[in-house]
Amino acid sequence: MISRLSAITLNTFREAVRDRVLYNLVLFVLLLVASAPLFGEISIGLERLILVNVGLSSISLFGVIIAVFVGIGLVSKEIEKKTLYTILSRPVRRWEFIVGKCCGLLVTLVTNTALMTVGFYIALLATAHSLHRSDANILVAIYFIVLQLMMMVAITLLFSTFSSPIFSAIFAFALFVIGTFAEDLKNFAAMASGGARWLVTALAYVVPNFASLNVISQTAHGQAVATSLILFNTLYAVLYSAAVTAGAVLIFERRNLK
Amino acid sequence: MLTLFAGSIFSRHKVENLRGKEATLEEVLYLPSGKTVKRLSLGYSGLLADIYWTRAVQYFGAKHTVHSTQYALLYPLLDITTDLDPKLIVAYEYGSVFLSQPPPEGAGEPEKAVTLTEKGIRENPEYWRLYFTLGFIHYMDLKDPRSAQRAFQKGSEVPGALPWMKVMAARMAERSKDIETSILLWQGIYETVADKDVRNAARTHLDSLLADRAITQLEQQVQIYRQRTGTLPASWGDLIRAKLIPGVPLAPKGEPYQLKANGKVDVEDPTQYRYLGEWQHNNWLPF
Repeated sequence: MISRLSAITLNTFREAVRDRVLYNLVLFVLLLVASAPLFGEISIGLERLILVNVGLSSISLFGVIIAVFVGIGLVSKEIEKKTLYTILSRPVRRWEFIVGKCCGLLVTLVTNTALMTVGFYIALLATAHSLHRSDANILVAIYFIVLQLMMMVAITLLFSTFSSPIFSAIFAFALFVIGTFAEDLKNFAAMASGGARWLVTALAYVVPNFASLNVISQTAHGQAVATSLILFNTLYAVLYSAAVTAGAVLIFERRNLK
Repeated sequence: MLTLFAGSIFSRHKVENLRGKEATLEEVLYLPSGKTVKRLSLGYSGLLADIYWTRAVQYFGAKHTVHSTQYALLYPLLDITTDLDPKLIVAYEYGSVFLSQPPPEGAGEPEKAVTLTEKGIRENPEYWRLYFTLGFIHYMDLKDPRSAQRAFQKGSEVPGALPWMKVMAARMAERSKDIETSILLWQGIYETVADKDVRNAARTHLDSLLADRAITQLEQQVQIYRQRTGTLPASWGDLIRAKLIPGVPLAPKGEPYQLKANGKVDVEDPTQYRYLGEWQHNNWLPF
């Protein structure tokens, strides 16, 4: 089982890194990060802050874009090219295929994020001329971005198991947007009553909570993130991603591929 | 392809010239609410705050360059910036200066500068320098030393505040002609601050204020004597015999006060009391 999973993971990673869209997006992020010090020139007193905000926001947003645009093709391309039947005819179970794809895309995104992080710290060193202890807090923000991307991969894969690529992208982006308002949903639920309250509360927990994973502003101002928040966010992201991936497996298991 | 693109730029330039200034609405904020913008930021509010701050700086710079007296969008831009990132201290510090300076140097809106700075204090209560900014605006732009004194006083109580905040509070109390509060504040500075220069300055102010208070009280006793007897006292002995004072009054440095022929009281050596009478002046002095 492990060898089959790792084979699919590695193969997914190799295919993803050959995608030109990926290179263009990564290059764009690096260019944005490199140009951030120029924004500081037309502002006052914000060189470092602008660099951190631009850098982390770019890594996050473009990471989501990569997760969605590469993720929507993971299953559909295999079906279109008819390679899926070859894979499944080997002793590869459907759930191994889905989990392997998920892991492969996640490894791709982690690699991209690592590259972008290196570029970011080079730009930070060039701007600030030295790194401080508080700059390590930025790594926490980047770790949270990786957790966010893990959840987006699972969500995109879920939609791609039953929907066309275009609709998978639309649903995934819509859920990303709704996820940034997840805490507002809970406030709405508190204001509602009766059945509506239960429904909105359930919805608030079903949609991903991306707001709690966004500590970009906090770390940009040099503030540390509580260890308990790191632990619980990790647990939440892992469990949520596992639950959504399980849903994707359930759907894919029952899908008629003929 | 290059020729076609160059042609399109030329024709666009012509179109813009023909349409004139109505083509662009210069002074428009499409999203006037900071809270709305924050909602639409999808969690990237810090980045948007940087963009709005840059826009505010460029807006101020463009207006300042042409010596404009109207800065209609300045406060809304600063308000949105600080809604997006309440911890953006530079927006409060520089923004309040842009707002409070009289035109054409600034927007000439010190009340809005106060509102912005108070917002900064609410969001960043540990940053004592904003209290200094607030006190500065109250004193220099709004000519309100009492409010300035309150601001400096509150700022001096924030942990980590530099000792001169207490000095500023005491100076503002003098400026607001509140001699009792001023004495208390200088006394507090003298007793709590370790810096030798600050203590010496506090001592000088305190001596002058104590002398001022004593002179006022002694001149009142001189007037009471005159009402009773019809004449001015010739010496302190007259007032002591009239049981108006217990003994020869001594100035803070230990020498006796001087009773003049016209009933006025003064210290022996005014150069020892640099700030004597200053708190009563109406002149607007820069601190």
